[in-house]
Amino acid sequence: MTQGGTKVERQKGGGGPDFKASTSTRYRLDKAFTVLVTVAALVGIVVLALLLVDVVRDGSGMLSLQFLTSFPSQIFPENGGIYPALIGSLWLLGLTGLISVPLGLGAAVYLEEYAEDTRINRLIEINISNLAGVPSVIYGLLGLGIFVQLLAPVTGGGSVLTGALTLSLLILPVIIVATREALRAIPGSIREGGYALGATQWEVIWSHLLPMALPGALTGIILALSRAIGEAAPILVVGVSLYQTYATTGPFDGYMALPTQIYDWISRPQQIFQDSAAAGIVVAMVVLLLANSFAIWLRNRYQQRS
Amino acid sequence: MAIEAGGRRSEADVWKHNSRTREVRERVIKLLLTACAYLSIFTTVGIVVVLFEETARFFLEVSPVEFLTSTRWSPQQGSFGILPLVYGTLMATFIAIAVALPIGLLTAIYLSEYAPQQLRRWLKPVLEILAGVPTVVYGYFALTFITPLFRGSVLPGIGSFNALAAGLIMGVMIIPTVASVSEDAIYAVPRSLREGAYALGATKRETATKVVVPAALSGIVAAVILGVSRAIGETMIVTIAMGSQPNFGGSPLESMQAMTAYIVQVVGGETPRESVTYKSIFAVGSALFLMTLTLNLASYWFVRRYRETY
Repeated sequence: MTQGGTKVERQKGGGGPDFKASTSTRYRLDKAFTVLVTVAALVGIVVLALLLVDVVRDGSGMLSLQFLTSFPSQIFPENGGIYPALIGSLWLLGLTGLISVPLGLGAAVYLEEYAEDTRINRLIEINISNLAGVPSVIYGLLGLGIFVQLLAPVTGGGSVLTGALTLSLLILPVIIVATREALRAIPGSIREGGYALGATQWEVIWSHLLPMALPGALTGIILALSRAIGEAAPILVVGVSLYQTYATTGPFDGYMALPTQIYDWISRPQQIFQDSAAAGIVVAMVVLLLANSFAIWLRNRYQQRS
Repeated sequence: MAIEAGGRRSEADVWKHNSRTREVRERVIKLLLTACAYLSIFTTVGIVVVLFEETARFFLEVSPVEFLTSTRWSPQQGSFGILPLVYGTLMATFIAIAVALPIGLLTAIYLSEYAPQQLRRWLKPVLEILAGVPTVVYGYFALTFITPLFRGSVLPGIGSFNALAAGLIMGVMIIPTVASVSEDAIYAVPRSLREGAYALGATKRETATKVVVPAALSGIVAAVILGVSRAIGETMIVTIAMGSQPNFGGSPLESMQAMTAYIVQVVGGETPRESVTYKSIFAVGSALFLMTLTLNLASYWFVRRYRETY
């Protein structure tokens, strides 16, 4: 009797098909499970759709061309806009791209094409995958210690350059990983063909490998940059302005940014600011959805070709 | 003849010159690329030095024992016990994982075992977009949609700021992480294992839940650990929707402060650089860094384990 008991238990414990159950029960369970996994897969889409509907509904009252071209206002919030935040985010995007893309491509080329399997190189690899998991607010503290305080004479303290440097360090691991994958996908024969014609290693990389890896790397770069301009926590720590009366005109200027402007509006109790936040979110989401769609389109095109 | 020889010599010189400049160029470029790669080491060293230097100065004024064991966090009164902040972080994380683990895993099973190719190509980008939504947007959604929804229906007593809504939405945010890492692991399970199960008469569900998922278990564990690490480090959702009231032992319906939210709260105000409060954000940052570092290394180890198996 105990034997029978353990047998049933073992079957229930997940050893294999449960032959005790009738076939029709098993098929019914299978159908239920199919429904369950399908519903689970749809949860994300449903929440995304709800979120978009919600912010469009809340923000539609504030959305207008004037919203894009005005400064935020405490006195007449209904006439306020996101102009300086938009300009600040564009500055962040441009500078972060200029800083992080060459550094990321360089590190990826080194690790994929030059690095031998030594202890230090393995350490670099583990280190990069670990850096990818460091919370963004910690990068903010790093930026506060290094760029805002230590390097203040160079970066101008809480400038848009400081913000861009901080965000660059944040997204470097993502760019490196994406570029390495793209480089790895290039067959070795391309490299050997180049060497056979007398090209040096760098000539092969510059003329063949980088152009071939670019579409794949670019997808990762766009996703990383769109993540960077969506980040609020690190730039809050390194001193983004929550209000300023001018739009950023140079790398050493102060700056506002879209996500932190949205955060500032959310943290005010009046309904008009909540609506402004929703309108700001709509603008940010349109930018991000466009960037993401472009990145995904690029990758699909690239995957079909290869 | 002399001309020919001379011509040859100069031609050879051209090559020699060329190869020397090329050699120098190759070396310089390699050096630059190496520097790019080593930058990541400096980043890590920078994080550790910045965090631990300020933390050491913090511990000159607050005893580490108080910091780690006291249940009172009230910087204005000089009480620095981190447990209330850790409690807030873990409460939100726990709720988030309770959402993201089942939904993420089921999504991964659907994507890998059930979804038609066409739908799969469509669904994965949507998940990526979900992962790319700025966290302030999720925070807004939790605060202005989810919380009022609960208050108007099943939980009339819920606070305007609460751990439940923040945690639930944070769960949605990490579904893509859990789903995509688990799907990689599930996808890597050899076809022969599935065919073996079918040959023994297992149905599709039985194959998926009793053969494929157990075979991919270490990858799934890695995915969940990574999700926990994301949730612990997430800042804006908990700052916006969970509030800024340190609350040790509170219920999920109450406002509480997470570690990350405390950092944002302090940098938002005008805090003098030499004050204990300013130094305390680095101490909290250190604790946060150590927690996520441990989790990330554990996740890395689990991922490598399943890669080695197949």
